[in-house]
Amino acid sequence: MIAELLISEASVRRGGRVLFEGLSFALRPGEACALVGPNGSGKTSLLRAIAGLVRLEAGEIGFGGTDPAEARASGLHFVGHQDGLKPARTVREELEFWGRWAGGTPASVSQAAEAYDLVRLLDLEVRRLSAGQRRRLALSRTAAAERPLWLLDEPLSPLDALWRERMGQAMARHLGGGGMILAAVHDPLPIPAKTLDLGA
Amino acid sequence: MSRLLALLVRETALAWGRGGGPLVAVGFYAGVATLIPLAIGPEPERLAAIAPGAAWVALALASLLPLDRLFERDYEDGALDLLVLSPAPLELVCAVKCLGQWLATGAPLALAAPVAAIALGADPALAPLIFACALAGGLAFAFLGGIGAALSLGARRGGLLTAVIVLPLFVPPVIFGGGALDAYAAGLPWKAGFSLLAAYAAGAVALGPLAMAGACRNALS
Repeated sequence: MIAELLISEASVRRGGRVLFEGLSFALRPGEACALVGPNGSGKTSLLRAIAGLVRLEAGEIGFGGTDPAEARASGLHFVGHQDGLKPARTVREELEFWGRWAGGTPASVSQAAEAYDLVRLLDLEVRRLSAGQRRRLALSRTAAAERPLWLLDEPLSPLDALWRERMGQAMARHLGGGGMILAAVHDPLPIPAKTLDLGA
Repeated sequence: MSRLLALLVRETALAWGRGGGPLVAVGFYAGVATLIPLAIGPEPERLAAIAPGAAWVALALASLLPLDRLFERDYEDGALDLLVLSPAPLELVCAVKCLGQWLATGAPLALAAPVAAIALGADPALAPLIFACALAGGLAFAFLGGIGAALSLGARRGGLLTAVIVLPLFVPPVIFGGGALDAYAAGLPWKAGFSLLAAYAAGAVALGPLAMAGACRNALS
């Protein structure tokens, strides 16, 4: 669906301040990229711009010939700090809704629950989850529905060592299937990845 | 399609639980309806004359209450970002959100409206028409209110701003519904007023989502 991600000469301005200018970069199937840079260098804004949630000041973002609106509608997963989970809803309700919203089936949603070890948490309210459990719930969307491009904003920071490793395996499987990952991180990704430094 | 159905179930459940949901809206409604006789005096004739109109205006005010969280919470917690990243058009997403809001608070308010009007002294024969007007009017209030809620996204004290944006849009349905109820109570032809109210609600349902989606896109970018 998305053959590649191609960013050319992109600039983003937020609140009157230029975050980055003339950024060019390409990501092909099977590739992962770690997006690094100091706080406030525009990592989240770049991810949001790729998802179409932030307007580019200049430049272009292409998805290898796919219409950008279509690519964004069904070709990418965006997992950010604001996870859209409602504290008063149960894990089951949120998992099922967001899994289906991303295009998953009841079978793929229950598989995602098992893959992210959420089965014993299903009846808990989201407010009772720890930060790591909550992040796992947000990340489970990526397993519930197959979408080629993952945009992840510090996906590993609240996870413990075991889950960082397991998330690395999930990422490796996604790349092996021809997927693409762009992740804003402060620590190195647990998979081979190229690096895009916004602070440079 | 199943996506939007799942969204409707979620939105209705969220609106039902949000800030007390229908109980708070109906409680506010009962409070306003109780203040009116305290302010204008207890004479039954005077009260009966204004009862349908008072019940109707109180309904418009009560519909404002749940609006400030309609889009604001999804905007703050990132749910709106995720709702945008889907094959479902944002216009339909907005329409479904308003529909859920109407099911969870508009419909219970419509049930309370005839009770409030009769308690104020309206003729019980008016009850079915009051209920029908409140249902159609509530739909218009929910969709017009959604426009205000989407436009005030990201503004500080957005709730107050929403009310200021939305109240002028509430003028036509208040006039049409109040006119229909007055005419019916006086034995005059009332269908014109009700048809206009229903037409206004239909217009709000058709055009409101376009405005809401535009406002949401603007707030996000």
